[in-house]
Amino acid sequence: MAEERTDLILDIKNLKVVYKTDMEVVEAVNNIDLKIGRGKTLGLVGETGAGKTTTALSILRLLPAVTGKVLEGEIHFDGQNLMEFDEHFMHAIRGNRISMVFQDPMTSLNPVLTVGDQIAEAISLHNDQLSKEEIDRKVEDTLSMVGILPKRKSDYPHQFSGGMKQRVIIAMALCCEPELLIADEPTTALDVTIQAQVLAMMRELRERLGMAMLMITHDLGIVAQTCDDVAVMYAGEIVEAGTVEDIFTGEHHHPYTVGLFNSIPNLDSRASRLKPIPGLVPDPTNLPKGCVFSPRCEHCTEICRQQRPETVTHGTHSLRCHLFAEKKEGGAAHE
Amino acid sequence: MENTTNTAAAVDNSEFSFKRASQAKEIWRRFRKSKGALIGLILLLIIVGVLLFAPLFISYDAAIESDFANVLAKPSKEHIFGMDGYGHDIFARIIYGGRTSLTIALIATVTSCLFGSALGAIAGYFGGWVDSLIMRSLDIFMSVPDILFTMAVVVALGANAVNLIIALTLAYFSNYVRLVRSQVLTLSEQDYVEAARAGGSGNARIILKHIIPNAIGVIIVNVTLNVAKIIIYESTLSFLNLGMPPPQPEWGMMLSEAREFMRPAPHLLIFPAAAIVLCACSVNLVGDGLRDALDPHLKS
Repeated sequence: MAEERTDLILDIKNLKVVYKTDMEVVEAVNNIDLKIGRGKTLGLVGETGAGKTTTALSILRLLPAVTGKVLEGEIHFDGQNLMEFDEHFMHAIRGNRISMVFQDPMTSLNPVLTVGDQIAEAISLHNDQLSKEEIDRKVEDTLSMVGILPKRKSDYPHQFSGGMKQRVIIAMALCCEPELLIADEPTTALDVTIQAQVLAMMRELRERLGMAMLMITHDLGIVAQTCDDVAVMYAGEIVEAGTVEDIFTGEHHHPYTVGLFNSIPNLDSRASRLKPIPGLVPDPTNLPKGCVFSPRCEHCTEICRQQRPETVTHGTHSLRCHLFAEKKEGGAAHE
Repeated sequence: MENTTNTAAAVDNSEFSFKRASQAKEIWRRFRKSKGALIGLILLLIIVGVLLFAPLFISYDAAIESDFANVLAKPSKEHIFGMDGYGHDIFARIIYGGRTSLTIALIATVTSCLFGSALGAIAGYFGGWVDSLIMRSLDIFMSVPDILFTMAVVVALGANAVNLIIALTLAYFSNYVRLVRSQVLTLSEQDYVEAARAGGSGNARIILKHIIPNAIGVIIVNVTLNVAKIIIYESTLSFLNLGMPPPQPEWGMMLSEAREFMRPAPHLLIFPAAAIVLCACSVNLVGDGLRDALDPHLKS
């Protein structure tokens, strides 16, 4: 399009999404910004209900038609604002340039079609000039790319194990060589050893195909293994974002991130109990007035309850917390 | 894309690849288990066979030409089911009546299924005002008693095969609208539908390729069970003289003609009634067997 080619494959600006029902308005995503560079992997971390999947679905414009609404914001994909395009144009984007891997491999494959048919469908949908034989060959290539014997293409999904199904789903997502892969908790439904296999395969394929990835997860271990950048999401806001180093080894952290890390069992420490974050995620129909994390935060002060903090950025590391804002003002030496 | 050498996974694979029984074979295997279904199928095949090859052993003339010398004759060698009040051969009338009845029933089943399923799929998939419009119109439609409605259609359009099919379709399509709508409502919430949408599939493709094939088992079972209902319903219509115009034979009409002679000549009543029962029963048995064979919860 008219805009110049940027080095960002995905640039979400000020996105606000709500789910409207007759009874209430659920503020699922509140003015978030996200950036993914070409070939980079961004980990989107947060608990259930933080708005991670909603963010992913808004990128593909697949929010539930009746209830889901994007109120504000722009989503730029490869320099083009996806919000401006019609449904027809989105059909050409989905599965072709942006594809998505869903959480549960058990239910993401159609039980009455063979896996070969399903991959062939994904291919032929975006390559209508290919002949039957070419599609067939491509199906076999794609299957062997994810480590499945090509001859199994005529099997039905129930004849595959969970990990194999997830491989098939990844094969379907990758068969058109997308520029961006959205992986929505791709390994949550798998056990740990299969999880490691699938992740290793995804990393390898990412390198080979040179695609960017949005990795949605609540597992910080996966983030450490696969991602370049991390964004921590809480109650529809991004409370902390930065490179993997910023988040894992950085000096300052949002109290929520600290809480997340404290909830992970540590092999080295002999603590008999983990330190969980007290309380529950706030009701998205009734978010707190000030900082969204304030009701659960141990450093909470008066200003936290009254005023929403601004995002403060140091280099690549950005935080949305009053604590950090003070530090910035006080310790101007930082800049 | 070149091949990866993911050996661990490749080894995994070879263990899993076993011989795949085709879908149809699998269904047949499960269908066979039920004795009732097998009996039903054999009966149905015999009935269809007899009806199909009827012209080889009995002529249509015997069904419509009156032989006044033998009015109400009891079953005999020449006329195995006897003769009716107009001197028609009852066996011939049952055979040729069955040909019309079954053909009309089959066509009406297919049309009502297609029409109803299409409406149901649209209502269930798109939801919102489309759904409300279709379902509320259907409610109004269904508040008129079926028989009254069909009678009105036949009386208004005239009694012939095409109009009978239209009437029967209108009487039965609502079942399919509700059935398919409820199926589509659950199926369109499935992850693979969401995945297909995320893969760039359009609505028509999703409905036809991902949703309907998953609902087809339930639809087929309903179709077979409905054939039996439609056969009976059609007999009812012709019993009320709303079927095919005489002298064309039809089972229901034969019953209604037999009423006058019920006491002196009960065979006029027994044979067509038996034909209806036999036919409806065998179709029902097959339908039951199919339901069990297609039920995914019973898959072994």
